[in-house]
Amino acid sequence: MSAVANAVVVARGLTKRYKNTAALGHASFEIAPGRIVGLIGPNGAGKTTALKAILGLTDFQGELSVLGLDPRKERGKLMEQVCFIADVAVLPRWIRVREAVDFVAHVHPRFDRKKCEAFLARTKLTPEQRVKQMSKGMIVQLHLALVMAIDARLLVLDEPTLGLDILYRKQFYQSLLEDYFDEDKTIIVTTHQVEEVEHILTDLMFIRDGRIVLDADMDAVGERFAEVMVGADRAAAARALKPIDERQVFGKSIFLFDGVARAQLEALGEIRRPAVSDLFVATMKGTYA
Amino acid sequence: MKTPVLNEMYWLVKREFWEHRGGFLWAPVITGGIFLLLNLMGIVTGEVLRVRHGITWEPSNNLNLFNRALAQGDMAKIGAGLDMMTFSTTALISIVMGFVVFFYCLGALYDDRNDRSILFWKSLPVSDTATVLSKLAAATVLAPAIAVVCGVVTGLLMLVMYAITLSLHGVGVWHLLTLAHPFRITGALIGTIPLYFLWSLPTMGWLLLCSAWSRSKPIRWAVALPVVIGVVLGWFHLLGSANASDWYWEHIVGRFLLSAFPGGWLGYMNLDNLGGGMAHAMDLIYLDNAYSALAAPSLWIDAGAGAVMILGAIWLRRWRDDT
Repeated sequence: MSAVANAVVVARGLTKRYKNTAALGHASFEIAPGRIVGLIGPNGAGKTTALKAILGLTDFQGELSVLGLDPRKERGKLMEQVCFIADVAVLPRWIRVREAVDFVAHVHPRFDRKKCEAFLARTKLTPEQRVKQMSKGMIVQLHLALVMAIDARLLVLDEPTLGLDILYRKQFYQSLLEDYFDEDKTIIVTTHQVEEVEHILTDLMFIRDGRIVLDADMDAVGERFAEVMVGADRAAAARALKPIDERQVFGKSIFLFDGVARAQLEALGEIRRPAVSDLFVATMKGTYA
Repeated sequence: MKTPVLNEMYWLVKREFWEHRGGFLWAPVITGGIFLLLNLMGIVTGEVLRVRHGITWEPSNNLNLFNRALAQGDMAKIGAGLDMMTFSTTALISIVMGFVVFFYCLGALYDDRNDRSILFWKSLPVSDTATVLSKLAAATVLAPAIAVVCGVVTGLLMLVMYAITLSLHGVGVWHLLTLAHPFRITGALIGTIPLYFLWSLPTMGWLLLCSAWSRSKPIRWAVALPVVIGVVLGWFHLLGSANASDWYWEHIVGRFLLSAFPGGWLGYMNLDNLGGGMAHAMDLIYLDNAYSALAAPSLWIDAGAGAVMILGAIWLRRWRDDT
């Protein structure tokens, strides 16, 4: 079987225009099952538009297949297999915990009520509590409990931890990894808090001005990019190898290289795996200029 | 695997009830309660005034009155009067319901876009058609059903209240109550709900369409737009051109905005067979008469227009892209 037939998401020339700006310009990518993909980009790069297209929430040009379905035409069927948490706190403010669980249990054919109640038992949420009485962190706990009890093949998370404190953020990703994720499931996540997700990602996708500028698995990222700390004496030699970024720390320079042979770099200094955030900053240079 | 359609619809309507319990349930209950309270206060005030001014009742006199009425074979009149009392509470509650349903429909497809909770609802495998139809069902079936139950219960409680008051004065009116037809009235009112559905479709369709369309304050589209057009038409009328204005206010504004209130179909009914006089006052609401309104073609044309607007609302719900 080819990779395409297996893929959870296949996009070819995905394009979306809002009046006179292009939110997506011929973006093409594939997402394989069992991956956790970080879709990272600056504000207005087209992340949310791409996710909306995948979820069938917006019209677009180009080809897009999600779990073999066209999100424009077969949205109802698709949503049995796809879950999403779009932004924090989109649960209706009037709903009670009990009502939310009841409702999802009766309209979602793949919802496991016991599982949901088990997740809720680990929180301080009570059945009669309304969303408007909860903190942002508690709302996300409820949403996560609902979503994790659904046996879906694709989970889409759009800034799921924005505005939460560090305890909730850690707990969120930990729950996802320990209690939800397995090789049959795929997760797509967008976030600005790259440091917190980089250790759980299997794949990295950078999006800039509606185009995918980097699409690789984390191993490939580690091989392709390297960070080298170089003393002042060898800085000129390092610059000759065309680093994509340079910054100064304690009188030394840290260079970021894209696709330069290891042997060459080892001669310059100590090689480290770059942090995704540094990679991101280097790749997105000049975005807002 | 797939949740059966009816079961899904049941839960969708239940969801609407949860969110709008205040309007659908408490508004009619409180209206009925206030109505009863005002009546009770009226009775108490009457009693207090009577005692203060030393007016004594002449029960026998009253009894004679009633007996005379019965002797004259006007039981039907008394029954109709009692039925009208029962019905009047439902009529009042129905007006309250009309307002509730109007504003409910106006917000039904807008509020969740406004607070972004639409992103949660859309994450569930529920079609937009089912969502919009569940809101229509909540407005045209659930709300009137609750209003009828509250109205009839209030009406009966009121009858009992007056019966007790009178019997304290030695007037045996309990047997008069058997002349009333509470079950027939309840049946007629519930049986009218499908007629209400048809009648209100143009208003429901228009409000849901505006609700799905509007990016802010749907009432501006729903109310201001037709009224401004009406005023402009009125201008032309003043200038001596087309006399479309009256027709417009009656058939467009009236049917698009005011048909959330039940009973407007009275004007469409065939009243030729209706008996005259007090005894037949309640015949208006009985089904064979009420449904004669279906013979008016314009009722069907308006309902068709409503259905088209609901299709439009479903389409907008599917594709409206807000951010």
